[in-house]
Formats: sequence, structure tokens, C-alpha cells
Amino acid sequence: MTTLSNGGQYIAAIDQGTTSSRCIIFGADGRIVAVDQQEHSQIFPQPGWVEHDGAEIWTRVQSVVAGALEKADLTKADIRAIGITNQRETTILWDRHTGEPVHNALVWQDTRTEALCKELGRNVGQDRFRRETGLPLASYFAGPKIRWLLDNVDGLRERAEAGDILFGTMDSWVIWNLTGGVNGGVHVTDVTNASRTMLMNLATLEWDAKILESMGVPASVLPEIRSSAEVYGHAVGVLEGVPVASALGDQQAALFGQTCFDKGEAKSTYGTGTFLLLNTGEKAVNSYHGLLTTVGYRIGNEKPVYALEGSIAVTGSLVQWFRDQLGIISTAAEIETLANTVQDNGGAYIVPAFSGLFAPYWRSDARGVITGLTRYVTKGHLARAVLEATAWQTREVVDAMAKDSGVTLTALKVDGGMTSNNLLMQNIADVLDAPVERPFVAETTALGAAYAAGLAVGFWPDLDTLRANWHRAAEWTPRMDEATRDREYKNWLKAVERTMGWIEEDQPSA
Amino acid sequence: MPGPIQSLERAAAILRLLAGGERRLGLSEVSASLGLAKGTAHGILRTLQQEGFVEQDPESGKYQLGAELLRLGQSYLDVHELRARALVWADDLARASGETVYLGVLHQHGVLIVHHVFRPDDSRQVLEVGSMQPLHSTALGKVLLAHDPVARGELDDYPPESFTSRTLVDLAAIDEECALTRERGWSAAVEETWAGVASIGALIQDRRRNPVGAVCISGAVERVCEAGVVRPELVVAVREAARAISRDLGAARF
Repeated sequence: MTTLSNGGQYIAAIDQGTTSSRCIIFGADGRIVAVDQQEHSQIFPQPGWVEHDGAEIWTRVQSVVAGALEKADLTKADIRAIGITNQRETTILWDRHTGEPVHNALVWQDTRTEALCKELGRNVGQDRFRRETGLPLASYFAGPKIRWLLDNVDGLRERAEAGDILFGTMDSWVIWNLTGGVNGGVHVTDVTNASRTMLMNLATLEWDAKILESMGVPASVLPEIRSSAEVYGHAVGVLEGVPVASALGDQQAALFGQTCFDKGEAKSTYGTGTFLLLNTGEKAVNSYHGLLTTVGYRIGNEKPVYALEGSIAVTGSLVQWFRDQLGIISTAAEIETLANTVQDNGGAYIVPAFSGLFAPYWRSDARGVITGLTRYVTKGHLARAVLEATAWQTREVVDAMAKDSGVTLTALKVDGGMTSNNLLMQNIADVLDAPVERPFVAETTALGAAYAAGLAVGFWPDLDTLRANWHRAAEWTPRMDEATRDREYKNWLKAVERTMGWIEEDQPSA
Repeated sequence: MPGPIQSLERAAAILRLLAGGERRLGLSEVSASLGLAKGTAHGILRTLQQEGFVEQDPESGKYQLGAELLRLGQSYLDVHELRARALVWADDLARASGETVYLGVLHQHGVLIVHHVFRPDDSRQVLEVGSMQPLHSTALGKVLLAHDPVARGELDDYPPESFTSRTLVDLAAIDEECALTRERGWSAAVEETWAGVASIGALIQDRRRNPVGAVCISGAVERVCEAGVVRPELVVAVREAARAISRDLGAARF
């Protein structure tokens, strides 16, 4: 027997990520009460292929939920609701009668569908479905991954067409299992995760029948698209009876956790790569500058809130490259020490186009450069150039967002591991000419899922209450004069130009 | 003045021998090369092994230089590493106490602020990373004076300045305050640098229990103190944060 609501004073968030699953329990003020985390195996069957074992992930999720409850010394009676956030686009198909995955999950990084995506573009190219879905045809997204599985797992298409197979991104997989699996588990996804499948129409928020047909995906495998914050069902197992009340893709969850509820508010998560999302309000803004259009979140029956997304492939990983490949520093934190030994970049610029240029250029023929070298340049200058590369790439995405949306950024909310780099954060404020703000809770992704779940069950009454939980732990204000900023940006753009056309056999894609 | 200590000379000779050509040497090779009795060489090697300066290969029983020697050369903790490790705990301390949090390290003859977390009330505050605070009149400085002899040495060269009527400038009085800080494990500075401001600090140690820095909360004396003394619950919060950061730096539980 399930109950609609209990007196619980906590919200549990399950963060099913690319390398690990975590459960974080939050109190009403948004502070973390307990965390449990377990990594899962990364399976690399051949170069470019990345898989996860769906059964292992579900075991890990159950284990971290129990672990977090134990660490917090709480029981299911203390938990008012559960929220889910997840690695986006990772695709799993399973048998609805046995609950067994029919194949390992294809992870978002997996590039096996590249050729298929080219083929699906036909004579139109990678923007064939952009108007409907906001996305270019690229190997990240779930739709082509489903198609690959249906084409490559023996007999799967027949089983799918007979209605025996279910598809999910990791949110759907976790929710289906959490709410009972073969014994009445609910098969749902939320609008943010659905917006990364390339199968959902952004305007109607329904599966797009024409795209399903073009992609060769039977509608019978698809979950029901629901809002990001509503009670989908109730848990079984250790959290029996607790409402499962939110789902958000990880970057959208971070946008929500950073309380970017107003049009024009943006967050940037600085990790190995960087994801910048701008709230564009109730309007899905088409991008002509290489950004993705996506759903930011939808609360219950309210209107959906859209976002523009710009991703930067190489940010923290450039620091890692500096450490591991060049050996100039021994820890990531030392980059700041080294950069502080000099006043500026000494004329050197590093553009880390390791696998081409991403937003806003999308040039696969580009490769990285270090330019402006003279006898004067030291490793300290190069360390500066490493940090400045992240700042300028942020500026380029922010500029593209301003062009597409007409919205000028007033402040940037940041999170992620690189926010401990004081010089970098100052540098970003300087090149954006806008303040950079870091909130107290570093775990904005899990917090976003908790917030959405708490809203759905009335644990928090409204968005204003959540906003009141957001507190500034640090703020960097611009200190660079305009002439320097303009000169440096010009130099950066010149350096970017020098990366292009390096790979000759490859034609630049649109 | 006493003469050189023979066992230390021998230990140094063993280290030089192990650092030379052959990477691994057995006990008999060491004792023969240096003309030492086996028992003597063994005793010295075992002591060096306990300190981590020498390692013994479990299979061959041969000796080689230990990892600790490498660490000796780079024992200096990067302040940005310190900030990265302390971030979560400093945030939590600010949220729990409702006050500003600073992390400081000894730099020249003062305290360099390497991390600053705003007081969580969303008022306008300016990031003070990179600024300096005095040693003798702040909670951070007192912790460093109490635990780092290099810091205390700076006071002899740079006589303490008086900022308020409560600033301690007499070296004997400062040493007494340092002894108290060591004994109770935390420091306090109430209106000793700035009128109206009180702070509470505690020591951050690395894995060898060396002092690497200090963490403090700082705020209005009306909130931080009660009846003229700092509030015990705030002291507990600061000490817990210092212990958590030290643990993250590899210090043993204490």
C-alpha cells in the first residue's frame, strides 16, 4: 500500500552519472545531510564504443540509496520524495516481461552511430531534424542509438514491434525499476531527457511520428513523456511508498539547482568539459550559431521552460593534458600557482581543438594550436594561456547565446571542480565583463533534482522559496579594462582561425 | 660544542651509498662497502626504514631509497591544492556558522588569505583572496604563531603594530597567548585588529602533522561573542572544519 505523502523532512536525490551513481539526501534549507556514491564499470568493446551494464547500474543505485539512508541515520519515513537526475542520452533497451536489458547501454560518448547519423542526414545534412528537435544529427543523441540496437541485436526489431521491448534513457530505467519493474513499474521519461533523444518535437513535447518513421523507431518502445516535477509513481524496496517525483537530465538539473528560473539566467558547470545553459523562458530559441535548443525544465502542468545549451569539449581536460602529457605541473591545482608567477600570457595562446572545434564553430577539420610563441614565453605564460582558453571559450558560447536569443548575460552562476581556481574565475569575469557567482552548494545537479521533487510534493511551496536557499559563497567582478579585453579577444580569435583546415581530407561540416 | 654524532654520519653514508650506481643493495653489501658490522648496519637501515627514507624489497630483502626522501624535497603544500581540498569544508563552515570564512598561510611576515567564503547573507562582499592580515592580532595569525616557529621568528624582525586598544604588542604576552592556543587547540582575536570584529581560528595540518595553514570564521563581535567570550558552538564548528580539511590532506585522525 502506498501513501501519497508522509511527514518526511528530507528529499533524496539519485544522481545516475557517467562514472558513478550517487544518492544525496537534502534538508529543507538545501544543505546536504548525507552522500553515498559507487562507481560502475566502463565497458569499451572497441575504439569509440562505450557501454554500461544496466543491471549493474540498477544494483549500484539501490546500494547508494540504502547507503545514504544509513549514513544519515534515516528511514523511508523521513524521506518525503525522491528525485532523479542522470547522464543524458545514454540509451538502454530492456524486456518488459523479464526486466532484463537486451544489450549493454550505449553511453552518450559512444560514437558507433556516426555513420548512421550521416546516412540519416540524407541530402539535407546534420540539420535535417534541427527545426523539430533543436539538435543536429550527432552520435550523442538517443534516437540513432535505439536504431543501432534494433538493427544489430538479433531478433530485437521483431520483439520491439510485438511490444515486448522498452526503451529508456537512464531516468526511465531507474524510475521503472524503482517503481516495481516487472511488477507494475511505470515507463516514463521527462521532457528534458526526451529532448535529448532527437525524437521529441520541441513545440508539442510529444514524440514526433515523422522522425520516428525516418529513424525507424517503433512508438511501442517509447516511454510516456511527463513533466520534470510530478509524482510518476511510488517506490518499492527500501524506500517503499515514497513518491518518485522528479527527473531531469544532469545539465538541466544543474540549471534548476542554480535556481536559474528567470529568462536570461545562465549557469556554467566547469569540469573536464564545460556545459553552459541559458534559460530562454517559454520560447524555444532556434540557434544559428552552433548551440543546441533544449527543454530546461517543466513543472507539472505549467508551461515548459526552454534553454540554449553550449558545450565546450576541452576545459579541465586541458589542465589535465598540461599535467599528464606535458608534465609541467604535478597537480591540477598547481596550474594557478604557475600562472601566478607571471602577469599575463606573454603573447601566447592555446586553442585546445583536440578533436575539432565545437560550439559555436563545429569544425571537425580543426586541431589544437599553441601560437604567439617567442623566446620570451615561459611555462608560466603557457599556464596563463591554459586558463585563458577556458575563459575565452566561455565568452564565445556566451556571445553565440546573445546573438541567438537577444539576451545579454547579467551574471554567470558557476559550479563544478574548476570553481576552486580563483584566477580562472577572475579571468572569466574579466573576459565576459560580467560578474561570476559561485553558490554554496557545490552539488547543484543533485540539488536540482531534489528541488523539483520537493516542489512536486509540496515540500517547498514555490520557486521563490528555492531561490531564497541560493546563497553566494563567492563573487568575482570584472577588473579588466575594455581596451585590454578587446585586444585579447581579437588575439584569441586570430589563434582560433589558425586551428582551422588542419585536417585536409575532412570537409568542414556546415 | 659536541662532536659529530657517529650514527647519523653512518646513516648519511648509507643513504649516499643507496643513491649511487646500484639501485638495490643487500645488508652484507651495505656493511661491507662501509666497513660496518652487520648488526650496526642493520640497526641503522631499520631505523631509516621506519622513517620511510629506506624501503626493503619483500622478496629479495634488498634495500633502496624510500619515497619519503622524495617528499622531503617537495614538502611544501601548494596553496591552491589547499584551497581545492578545503572548498567543501569551508563552505559548510560558513553555512553552519553564518559567518565569513578565511583560509590563511604564512607569507613573509603576515598571513596570506588563500581562500575566502562569503557570509551567507547575500550582502555585498568583496573577495579578499590575495590580501594580507597581521600575525599577532588575528585568529589565523595566532594559530600560525603558535604552531610554526618560522612565523614566530618573523615577530622578532617585525615588531607587532598596535591597531586597537586590545592589540597585544608585548612579545611575552603574545607568547603566552600562543601557549594558550596550543593548549586548547584554537585561537581567538576579539577586536584586536578591527573594532567590532571577532574571529576564531584553528590549525590545518598535513599528513606529517606539519602546520600548513589555518582556517577561521570572522564576524561581528555581537554575533561571534557572548558576554565577552567567543561562543563555544562556533569554536566547535571551526575545529571540526580544521580537522576535516586536515583529514582531506592526509593527516591521521586526531
